Amino acid sequence: MGAALSEPETVLSVNGITKRFGSLVANDAISFSLNKGKVLALLGENGAGKTTLMNIIFGHYMADEGSIEVFGKALRASNPAEAISHGVGMVHQHFTLADNLTVLENITLGTEPLWSVTRDIAAAKAKIQKLAEEFGLKVEPDTQIKDLSVGEKQRVEILKALYRGAKILILDEPTAVLTPQEADQLFATLKDMLAKGLSVIFISHKLGEVMAIADDIAVLRHGKLVANFPVSEASREIIAEKMVGEAVEKPERVKMTAGETLLAIEGVTAQEGGHALLKNISLSLHRHQIIGIAGVSGNGQGALSDLLAGLVTPVKGSVTLKGEGLTRFNPSDMIAHGVGRVPEDRHVEGAVGEFSVEENLILEEYNDSRFSKFGWLNMSSITKHAKGLITAFDIRGAAPDTMIRSLSGGNMQKVILARALENKPDVILANQPTRGLDVGAATFVHEQLFKARARGAGVVLISEDLEELLSLSDKVVVMYHGMCSQPLDADDVTQQQLGLLMSGEGFSEMEASHAA
Amino acid sequence: MEFFEMFLNIGFWAATIRMATPLIFGTLGELICERAGVLNLGIEGIMTTGAMVAWMWVYQGGDLWTAVLVAAVFGMLFGLLHSAFSVYMGLSQHVTGIGITMLATALTYYSFRMMLPGVTTPPKIVPFENYAVPFLSEIPVLGQALFNQSPLTYLAFILVGVVAYVLYRTPMGLAVRMVGENPMAVEVQGIDVYRVRTAAVMVGSGFMAVGGAFLTISVFDAFYFDMINGRGWICIALVIFASWRPGKALLGAMLFAAFDAIQIRVQQSSSTLIPYQFYLMMPYVFSILALIVMSRKAAYPKALLVPFRRGQR
Amino acid sequence: MQLEPRQHTPLWMTVSAPIIAVTIVLILSGGLIMWAGAPLFESYVALFVGAFGSKFAIAETLVRATPLILTGLAAAVAFRAKLWNIGGEGQLYAGALAVTYFGTGLIELPPYLMIPFLFIVGATAGGLLLLFPALLKTRLKVDEVVTTLLLNFVILLFANYLLFGPWKDPMAMGWPQGAPVLEEGILPNLLAKTRLHAGLIISVVMAVVIWLVMSKTKWGLEIRAVGHNPEAARFAGIPINKTIIRTALISGGLAACAGVTEVAGTKEYLTLDISPGFGYTGIAVAMLAGLNPLGVIVAALFFAGIYNGADSMSRAMDVSNYIADVITAGSLLMVMLAVMLTRMRIRFRA
Repeated sequence: MGAALSEPETVLSVNGITKRFGSLVANDAISFSLNKGKVLALLGENGAGKTTLMNIIFGHYMADEGSIEVFGKALRASNPAEAISHGVGMVHQHFTLADNLTVLENITLGTEPLWSVTRDIAAAKAKIQKLAEEFGLKVEPDTQIKDLSVGEKQRVEILKALYRGAKILILDEPTAVLTPQEADQLFATLKDMLAKGLSVIFISHKLGEVMAIADDIAVLRHGKLVANFPVSEASREIIAEKMVGEAVEKPERVKMTAGETLLAIEGVTAQEGGHALLKNISLSLHRHQIIGIAGVSGNGQGALSDLLAGLVTPVKGSVTLKGEGLTRFNPSDMIAHGVGRVPEDRHVEGAVGEFSVEENLILEEYNDSRFSKFGWLNMSSITKHAKGLITAFDIRGAAPDTMIRSLSGGNMQKVILARALENKPDVILANQPTRGLDVGAATFVHEQLFKARARGAGVVLISEDLEELLSLSDKVVVMYHGMCSQPLDADDVTQQQLGLLMSGEGFSEMEASHAA
Repeated sequence: MEFFEMFLNIGFWAATIRMATPLIFGTLGELICERAGVLNLGIEGIMTTGAMVAWMWVYQGGDLWTAVLVAAVFGMLFGLLHSAFSVYMGLSQHVTGIGITMLATALTYYSFRMMLPGVTTPPKIVPFENYAVPFLSEIPVLGQALFNQSPLTYLAFILVGVVAYVLYRTPMGLAVRMVGENPMAVEVQGIDVYRVRTAAVMVGSGFMAVGGAFLTISVFDAFYFDMINGRGWICIALVIFASWRPGKALLGAMLFAAFDAIQIRVQQSSSTLIPYQFYLMMPYVFSILALIVMSRKAAYPKALLVPFRRGQR
Repeated sequence: MQLEPRQHTPLWMTVSAPIIAVTIVLILSGGLIMWAGAPLFESYVALFVGAFGSKFAIAETLVRATPLILTGLAAAVAFRAKLWNIGGEGQLYAGALAVTYFGTGLIELPPYLMIPFLFIVGATAGGLLLLFPALLKTRLKVDEVVTTLLLNFVILLFANYLLFGPWKDPMAMGWPQGAPVLEEGILPNLLAKTRLHAGLIISVVMAVVIWLVMSKTKWGLEIRAVGHNPEAARFAGIPINKTIIRTALISGGLAACAGVTEVAGTKEYLTLDISPGFGYTGIAVAMLAGLNPLGVIVAALFFAGIYNGADSMSRAMDVSNYIADVITAGSLLMVMLAVMLTRMRIRFRA
C-alpha cells in the first residue's frame, strides 16, 4: 500500500512532439508521460501516428519540434544508441533480426566495443540464459533466427531489449502476429517485467487486450493526442469513439444462401525449393460466399494466395474454376478465368509506384483491344478508362496521370481494388485488403467485398485480424503449417476456438498423414 | 607425360602463388564490401589506381612499404567516394561502381601522363625482392614454391586469416556481417549502419588497391596502361565462387591462378595450333563458368545491393 | 543525416539538375587542368573551339556523337528494365565483326538494300551476344554485370585473333585491320570534305523510334514496369523473363549498331581501335539523359564535344586528353547525385 500512496515516479515524458512527412502531419504537438511500473497503452487507428511517435522516441526519426525526457534527462541525439543508453528498448512490429545469424549474435551485437579484438561468447550465453529464466523467455542461443517460430522471434526481440538493460519497453503491435494463447503468454511476461520495476508502452488497436493489461490509455487520431486517461475511467465505447471520431457505420453481413460451386481446390500440395508450402489442402468456394482464412502469419496463407493469384503451380491435386480444371497456373490465365486479385502488399505486388494511376489501372489488361492495337497503346482510351474508375471507386486526390506513389494508402488500395473488381470477377482473392488502412478506407473495402458477394461472387479473404475475419466471413478456415482446417461456421465459432486451431491443435493427425 | 611433370615443377607452383596474390587481395577486398551489403564495381579502377600510385611513389624515390601504404590510402579514398554515393545517398551500387571504375582509371591515366609527360617506354623501378623464409623455404617443392615469395604474397596469405578472424570472432566482424544481412537489425542496436558500411567499403577498397600495387612493385617493375586487364571483374566472380568466405576465396584464387599457370605453360610448349588469343580468353571464360556453376546455390548476403535509408517510412 | 522525399519536384529543378551537375564537374576538372600548368580559361576556350568552333569541328563532333547515341540508347533501354548491360563495348565489336564478315565481299547488294542488311546482321550479332548473359540471368540467376563485363574481354580477344589471323587484310601493309567494306555498304557522306556520314541520321531516327517504343507501346510499358517493380509486374501477369530477353535483344542490337556505323561509316574497315570506349561512355550518356531516349541525343553531343575538344585542347595546351575521360566519369556520378537530390532533400541534425 505504501507504494501506491507515494507520488508516482515519471520515467518518460514526451513534450510537444511534432513530425511532418511533406504535407502530412504525422504527429501534432503530442505530450504525455509514463509512470514507473505501469503500462501505457497507445491506441489509434492505422495511420494515426503511433508507430511514428515510437520511432521518434527510439531515435529512428528526427522530430521537427518537441523534446523527450527519460528519467529526467533529455534525449539529445536522434538515434537508437542514445535511446538504448537511457534505458529505452523497443520491440518493432516488423522484427529487426538477421535471419542467417544466431540468436546470440542478434542479441549481443552492439553490446561490446566495436574495436574489441574478441567476443566474450560464454559470458553472453550465461547472461541470456539468466534473463530467459527470469522472464520466462525460453530460446536456444545458438539457433539461427530463420529456424525460429514467430513467437520465438518475438522473445528474442524482447531479450535484446532486456540484455541492454532496458527500463522502459516499447512494444509495437506485439500481438498482431500471435495466437490468442501466445498473446496470453506475452502478457504474463509483461506482468513479470512490471513487477521488477520496468515500464511499458504498448501499442495496439485491439480494445480487448488493452483493457486487460493497461494502466493508462493515450489515444491518437490523425496525429493528434485526443485522449489520455487511466483505464479505470474508460469504457470500450468511449475509447472507440475517441479513436475513430464520429462513429462510422459499419456494413453488416446479410444472410445469403450459398449458390453453385465457383472454386474447388482438391488435395493441393505446393512446394518451393523442396519445402512444402501447402500440404494436401482442400477448399471449396460458392457463389454468395466469403471464406475467411485465419492463421498466424507464415502458415501457408501466402502460398494459398499465390496459388489463386497464379504465381504458384501445385505439384499435386487439382484446382477447378467454375467446373473447368486448371492446367496452367500464371497470373494472366487466372485473370482470364475471372479471378480478381488483391495482393497482400500494395507497395510490393499491388502497384508500380513510379507509374501513373492510369497505367496501374491497365496493368492486367493492356493486351485488351480497348487499350492496345498492334502493340501500340491507345492513350485516350486508357485515360478515359481511368477517369471512369476514379469516379466509380471514389479515388481521391488522383488524376489519371498522377503518380500512384503520391496517393495515400487508402486511395492506392482503391486503385488496386478497382483494377481487380472492375470486370466483375466471379472469384475474388483479397489478401489483407485492409492492412494499414484507416476505418473509413477499410469500411469502403468491406462494402465492395459485400457488394461483390451480393452480385454472386465468392471471396477468399485472408486476414490476420480475427475481428474483421469473423464479421465478414460466412465460413472460416484456419491454416497451420501449410494445412487447412475444416470450414467452420463464422456465426458459431469464437476467437478462442480459432486461437487453439491457429496454434496447431487438431492438426497433428493431418500432419502425420502428410509426412507418411 | 610432359603435362603431369609440370605439377612437380617448383617454378609452376611458385608462379601459381605469384599470380594468385593480386587476386587474393582483390577478392578479399570485394568480399569485405559485399559482406557489408555493398557491391563494389569500382574494383577494376581502384586496382589501376593502386598500381599506378605505388609505382609512382617508388619512382619518385619513396620506399616500397610506404608505397603499399600510399596505394591503400588511395584505395580507401575511392572507397569513401563509393560509400558517399552508394551508402549515404543510397544510389544504385551498379552505376556507382562503374562510375568509380571509370573515374579512378581516368584520373590515374591523366595523372600518369601529367607527371611523366612525353614518356613513351614506361620507366622501371626496383621492385620487392623475394624473401626466402629460413628453413621453411628448404622443404622440397612445396616449401621452395611457397616460402620463396614476395613479402606482399606473405601479407596476402596472412590477411586471409586476419579477415576470417575479424569477420567471425570480433564485434566489428559481427556488425559487418549483420549489416549485410539486415541493416535494420544493426540500427536498432544503436550502431550506425552508414559508418559500418563505409568502414567496410574503405578497408575493402584499400585491399584492392594493394592488389593492384603488387603488380607494379612486385611482379613487374613498371606501370602499363590496361595492365589490370579485367582482374577486378574476375575477383567479383571469385567472391561468388567462394560463397563469401575468406578461406574459400583463397582456394578460389589459387585454383584460378593454377589454371592460368597451366594455360601459360601449355601455350608455350604446344605448337601454334591454337592461337594465343584463345589462351588469353581462358581466365574470362573460366570466370563465367565459375559463375554459372556457383550461382544456383549462391547464398548472397541478404541486404546486398539494398540501400539503407535512415528515418524513411 | 537523413534523406527525405520531396513531395513535388519543380520543373526547373528537373531541367537544371544535369546542367548544374556537369558545371560542377567542369569546375572540379579545372583543378586538374591548372595542376597541369595550363591557363584554365584559355584551355576551356580551346576545348569549346575544338568541339564546336568550326564547320570541321562540328562535323567531327557529330561523327563522334553517332556511336555514342547508339551505345547511350543501348544503356538507356537496358537500365530502364534494370538489366545492367555493361557489355556495350563487346556488343559494339560484335556488330563490327558482323559487318566485316558480311560486308566485305561475302554478299553483294545494291546500296539501298546493303546498308539496311548490314545494320540487321550487326544488330543481330550484338543482340545475340547479350542474349547469353540475359538467359543466364533469367534461367540461372547469374549476375549480368559481371558476365557482360567479362564478355567484353572475350570478344576483344576474338577480334584481335581475327585481325592478326584469318581476317587480316593483306593490302594493309602488316597493320591488323580487316578488308574494306564494299562500296555499296558504305554509309553516304553528308558533308563534303568532312567525315560526317549518314550514320548520324540513322542514330537520331533510332533515338526517336526508341522513344516511341518506350512511351507509346506495350513493349515499352512492359520494360518500364519490369524495371520499376518486377514483383508488381509479375503479379499483373507481365511476362518478366520474356521482357528481359526482349530488352536484351534491343539493347545489344543498339550497341552493335554503333559498331556498324563505325566500320561502315567512319573507318570503312575494321581495326582494333574503332572504339575508344564508346560502350562505357554510353553508360554516362544514358545517365546524363536520365534514360530518356531523346535526351540521349543531347547527352551524346555533349560528350562527343568534350572528347573532340579535349583532343584539340591537348594539342594546344599540353593537357592530357584523358581529361575527357575524367569529365565523363565525373559527370556520370554527379548527374546521378543531382537527379536524386531533385527527389530527396538532405536533412542534417546531430
